[in-house]
Amino acid sequence: MEYHAARHNVPLLSEANEEQDCCHIVEEPDFDWDLFPSSMRRMEGPPIPSISEPSVARHYTQLSQMNFGVDVGMYPLGSCTMKYNPKVSESLAAHAGIVRLHPREPEAATQGILRILYELQLMLAEIGGVPEVSLQPAAGAHGEFLGMRLVRAYFDDIGEDRNQVLLPDTSHGTNPASAVMSGYEVLEVPSKEGTVDLDALEKAVSDRTAAFMLTNPNTLGLFEHDVLEIARILHDKGALLYYDGANLNAIMGRVRPGDMNYDIVHFNLHKTFATPHGGGGPGSGPVGVTEELAKYLPVPMVAREESVYYLDYDRPDSIGKVRSFVGSTGVLLRAYTYIRLMGGDGLRRAAELSVLNSNYLAHRLKDHYPMPYGSLRKHEFVLSGSSMKDKGLRTLDVAKRLIDHGFHPPTIYFPLLVEEALMIEPTETESRRDLDAFADAMIKIAEEAEANPQLLRDAPMKAPVGRVDEVYGARNPVYCWQDMEKGG
Amino acid sequence: MQYLPNESMVDAMLEEMGLTSIDALYADVPESVRIDGLKLPPGMPEQEVAAEVEGLLSDNVTTQDFLSFLGGGMYDHYVPATVPALAGRAEFYTSYTPYQPETSQGMLQAMFEYQSLVCAITGMDVSNISMYDGATALAEAALMAVRVTRKEKVVVPVAMDPEKRSVLGNYLYGAGIEVVDVDYHPDTGQLNRDLLVRAVDEDTAAVYIENPNYFGCLEETLVDIKDDLGKTLLMVGTNPVALGILRPPADFGADIVVGDGQPLGNPLNYGGPTLGFFATRRSYTRQMPGRIIGLTKDADGNRAFHMALQTREQHIRRSKATSNICTNENLNALAFAIHLATVGKGGLVRMAQASANRAHSLARAIDAIEGFKAPLFGSSFFNEFVVGTDHEVGELTAAMLMEDIFLGVPLTRDFPDLGEAFMLATTERHTGADLDDLAVALKAFHDGASNWFAGGDL
Repeated sequence: MEYHAARHNVPLLSEANEEQDCCHIVEEPDFDWDLFPSSMRRMEGPPIPSISEPSVARHYTQLSQMNFGVDVGMYPLGSCTMKYNPKVSESLAAHAGIVRLHPREPEAATQGILRILYELQLMLAEIGGVPEVSLQPAAGAHGEFLGMRLVRAYFDDIGEDRNQVLLPDTSHGTNPASAVMSGYEVLEVPSKEGTVDLDALEKAVSDRTAAFMLTNPNTLGLFEHDVLEIARILHDKGALLYYDGANLNAIMGRVRPGDMNYDIVHFNLHKTFATPHGGGGPGSGPVGVTEELAKYLPVPMVAREESVYYLDYDRPDSIGKVRSFVGSTGVLLRAYTYIRLMGGDGLRRAAELSVLNSNYLAHRLKDHYPMPYGSLRKHEFVLSGSSMKDKGLRTLDVAKRLIDHGFHPPTIYFPLLVEEALMIEPTETESRRDLDAFADAMIKIAEEAEANPQLLRDAPMKAPVGRVDEVYGARNPVYCWQDMEKGG
Repeated sequence: MQYLPNESMVDAMLEEMGLTSIDALYADVPESVRIDGLKLPPGMPEQEVAAEVEGLLSDNVTTQDFLSFLGGGMYDHYVPATVPALAGRAEFYTSYTPYQPETSQGMLQAMFEYQSLVCAITGMDVSNISMYDGATALAEAALMAVRVTRKEKVVVPVAMDPEKRSVLGNYLYGAGIEVVDVDYHPDTGQLNRDLLVRAVDEDTAAVYIENPNYFGCLEETLVDIKDDLGKTLLMVGTNPVALGILRPPADFGADIVVGDGQPLGNPLNYGGPTLGFFATRRSYTRQMPGRIIGLTKDADGNRAFHMALQTREQHIRRSKATSNICTNENLNALAFAIHLATVGKGGLVRMAQASANRAHSLARAIDAIEGFKAPLFGSSFFNEFVVGTDHEVGELTAAMLMEDIFLGVPLTRDFPDLGEAFMLATTERHTGADLDDLAVALKAFHDGASNWFAGGDL
């Protein structure tokens, strides 16, 4: 049997209006409209469709069947760590003890969750090799933003005016965006053989440098082996070293960012710690820092005195807040559960097997696709689709053809250093059987490119829709059903 | 380890690669920083972890255990059973950002519908598919207003959540944007329009007004404020449930509308994850932060959806992106949409009417008790209102806890001008009996306190 995704013709909600009466919410027969000034009230509700529950259930169930997730098949999206999400985390996150817990309740009523959060702070601190961790940021990029805000707080405090943030040409797009949002000018440092060029770094660093943002292993899947020398170069000039934790999954339990002399570290709980990616979120991006920077962390920190847990707002040097309340608690609880399931040894083993899987897959594919920058990789590796150019094919075509073989495509056209890049991160939760099936599919596609390139150009044929016309969408912008009704 | 399917194949896989140990895969890590392992507790069977975590969660006292009138930005509305059942489908929650539209059509269509629903309730032209929460949505709105106008000042009300104000300050700090805080009128709790208009000058990018505001009051000044703003943009913060019975911000000329989407489809979760909704005028679409889903077609001419305008985003534009946001609150936006799809127009109106009605009944009942003034302000309110009291709010809160009641949000620390004051919020979950219980408990507290006082050495 060959793979084929479900195809449904699902009408838009606006096309499915059944003018139903609501049966989910109590009726309010004696509502007094005069409670509100006539200038502000709306006597007719907003124009949203009213649909029967069976139709709603079918609508979303059919849509879900037209959506590919980790539970459907291998999803080797590079730098996104699409690992399996244990089901027990989902069932615990549905417990009334968190679902119905209001963030403004007195601490006496929230001791259970505060203990979980306190312990998670400590566990992440141990994994990161840093003394203190804030759980507040909502995502990795939000952690980067907080990190840059802390950098600024530090230099404001010691009275130095530094306006530049450096990053390597392999960095994630969020890094420069976060630095600029924090008011820094961004300077890119070139790589040499796939890792930071020390000479170039030395030349770029000056007394205007506030920080260097460095993912390790980097987006080529290469370990930045000169990291200690990099830290020395930065610290000699009084600048800080920032760890983008997107790729921590490769090294946890083997080496810690704090031990590599990073000053600020963010964690991506939705990557490394197996919380679901939610179709694009929610995530969570806790930030750990050195002793020296800890006083600037946002409030509140979760603290303990004797056996009582509390929210510590009494931190006079704190920058304040970067989001409401403590953090994405529902996500934090799942990450806590995962760490308790795995334990210290299990986390280390997960890292090792993620690297094993990645190298195994790279080994199986390296003779079929160009793989620049050497063979020893960590959790991900980058192939190039450039060899198919003479057939008029691109990496995009390989990606779309993978869909027909039952896989989610890897990250494509990133990192920018590799022409026609295919960035592949299998994670430790893929079985050898699935790795082999993916490798077989990639090899088959390379053969198809020779024998029948049209197959790739026409792909996907077994997805919920055919190749999506991005240009048409750009030329005819329609962003809501109201636009369609206007004939937009 | 059951989450590691290849544990039994490690040696065979290594051998195939010509390696003898896992250590060889880490040969490029400097020896001086290698560690032998983490100082964490050992892993445990699922059964034991579940029992332990359930135990800790059961230690929490929830709004299911106690009668709660807590609000202050998060409201304990009823979430229809369709929401966890349908948003909980693994095809949705184990996917990620729909970079490959062909294999992500389900989530893309659901997000296109989410955008449409946000436009329907706010009256705006375009919506993105979420920011992290209401506070960061406001902060991103301010940054967008600065981009659009090329001006460097925003004016905001004092009557806003101090934590939200802190988030805004941190987002604007690096860019060097000035924030001016405009006070509220002490009698009405509403924005002081004269002060607001005076604060706006030619350097002002935007004005922010919340409706209802942090104190729950409706900001009637919003109705024609646009007349006094000239080219300054109007950013409106709102509660999506209130929009069931309140005119949409677009009617008042809003340029950007933001808020926390938590009241629809998203339970309290001790503060998160929630979602920030974000909508604006069509002409500003390219300046928007975050992801936008568009309608297009596939190679065969069938309807299809995709991520539109990606050249605004960090994964393409890097340092020139409109925002650094990547991971957003997609699943929470899905929950928001499923909630609205389930209850429909009539259900949203019912939620709004019931939430408002109960708050007004409660205010009347509390105002009748000696020692309390409710509402403290003489303006219209939605589902939350401020109560002034002769009692010390800390003591009152503690006494209500003894009665299994979470009283509400104390205001005395953040807004000392109000004296002893707190806020109470209601939703459609509250029954008439719940309201009576609080009134009875407050009266008993007052009587008890007076009796004690009367029985003293006077």
